[in-house]
Amino acid sequence: MRDEKSIHGGDRFPQTRWSVIDAARSSDEAERTRAMDTLCVAYWKPVYKYVRLRWNRPADDAQDLTQGFFVQLIERGLLDKFDPAKSRLRTYLRVCVDSFLINEDKAAKRLKRGGNASHVALDFAGAEEELGGATMDPAKIPSPESLEEFFEKEWIRGLFELAVEDLRKHCDANERERTFRLFEEYDLASDETISYDKLAAEYGIAVTDVTNALAWARREFRRGALERLREICGSEEEFQREARAVFGWEAK
Amino acid sequence: MKPLSDKAIERLRAGADEPDLAGTRYRLLERVARGGMGVVYAAEDEKLERRVALKVLDVPGTDGDLATRLMREARVLARLEHPGIVPVHDVGTLADGRVFYTMKFVEGQRLDTFIEGVESVQDRLRLFLRICEAVAFAHARGVLHRDLKPANIMVGPFGEVLVMDWGLAKILHAEIPIADRAADPEATIFEKTKQSGDASESTKSSAITGHGTVMGTPGYMSPEQARGEVEVLDARSDIFSLGALLRFILTQKTPAGIAPRLDRSLEAICTKATAEQRDSRYAAVLELGQDVSRYLDGLAVGAHRESIFEKAARFYRRYRFFILLILAYLVMRVILLLVLKR
Repeated sequence: MRDEKSIHGGDRFPQTRWSVIDAARSSDEAERTRAMDTLCVAYWKPVYKYVRLRWNRPADDAQDLTQGFFVQLIERGLLDKFDPAKSRLRTYLRVCVDSFLINEDKAAKRLKRGGNASHVALDFAGAEEELGGATMDPAKIPSPESLEEFFEKEWIRGLFELAVEDLRKHCDANERERTFRLFEEYDLASDETISYDKLAAEYGIAVTDVTNALAWARREFRRGALERLREICGSEEEFQREARAVFGWEAK
Repeated sequence: MKPLSDKAIERLRAGADEPDLAGTRYRLLERVARGGMGVVYAAEDEKLERRVALKVLDVPGTDGDLATRLMREARVLARLEHPGIVPVHDVGTLADGRVFYTMKFVEGQRLDTFIEGVESVQDRLRLFLRICEAVAFAHARGVLHRDLKPANIMVGPFGEVLVMDWGLAKILHAEIPIADRAADPEATIFEKTKQSGDASESTKSSAITGHGTVMGTPGYMSPEQARGEVEVLDARSDIFSLGALLRFILTQKTPAGIAPRLDRSLEAICTKATAEQRDSRYAAVLELGQDVSRYLDGLAVGAHRESIFEKAARFYRRYRFFILLILAYLVMRVILLLVLKR
């Protein structure tokens, strides 16, 4: 199994390369595997949560089904039918998940035959923690109308988490650990009372240093998130559209 | 890693939205507005020590459709040097890969806000004429605005009128260099249509399927623009928008909360400008402006055939002072004659 570093780190699709969809359709086995890993990293968590909530499956089943879904994606060449001009990749995948769940029994058999083909370590325990524990809170189950919204929200959360992780690694590699800590405390924590002044006093640096560090971190975060996004979009148009959705530019 | 809360996601979005002005001569001040293509910020030009408006795309990349449109908008603006069109200063790509351009920072109010403070119909019409002048200038340079609406007109503190947001502008003919026309996928097709007169029905239908992209604002967009018939758009499409704008300007409530009543001539001008069939509209913005000017001067307008009573009423309104003067003179003469006869 490939380690986490290889997935999050340098083994990424170059920006000029369109796209992970093409790679997934490639006849080169290594290309296909790499593409599927990229998709799996970006989508496993929203798929898992969607299966748990939309299909009301227990955690164990949902784990098998999530893995089974990505196996099917490869085995059955589902991405061959995806047309970026007609829909967004995430919408297409959500519809595929629904079809997969409808044919769940057959899929389960295939899963036993094909085994787990994913090279990505899936942290289901962490996903469960995010869902609020092993027992489902009925209030958290989204209505059928808001399922698309829920899937999108979870997908964005997953994408941002990957970009934050990329940023942390980038900071570690460039000896900018303090910058990441500032970013963590100001942008990621839920402390409403935090301010640039407080951070400057806490770290014994000037307020302008806090400003500069945060501007750099945000820029890198943005770059990383867009890079991740670019990898999993089928076309430039889809990338532009998804970037607007991810950063909430459409709503403002 | 700890899962991101909804609040953290919002913060990340807000933080990531800020343009990276490192390496440029600009310093970010505040967000001013959000448009279809991106965001407009107030920024300080540190070299010239002046405030500018910086329009920046949301998404990085210089080869996308939006980037091409923003660059094209900047180039179009650069060629439209007119006091009624916001001047562009600079264009480029930021360190974060986003295309931007800077322009004059317009202090003032949007037309829809400003107009509420304008009491007289005459003042409102004079304002409208200044908009017409800018649009007529652009048409003369071969550029259609295609998104004329109150939100895209700014009125400065000294009453100067500026037509903004040329992001949907369409280049009509060779006044604009070939490179920029090439950036507009519709330009060549349009020119062909223009040379051969109005497009045939077959051209129109292929326009919808092949090139028809509906861009504009409902209520201000001409019917042909709303149908996506981009190839056949010409000055009359902007004239429709100007007609809708004129109606808006004339019917907005005054500071006293009263909406002015349109008289028949003004109603006729608005109706002619916004005619469903473009052949029934004014042929040029100057023609529309002339009709409005004639109204202001108390003359008959081309859009309305007056009855004898309307002619008399207009004649009276126009020469009221002299008519009253003559009447007063005649009354005095009669009184004088009566007094002398006694």
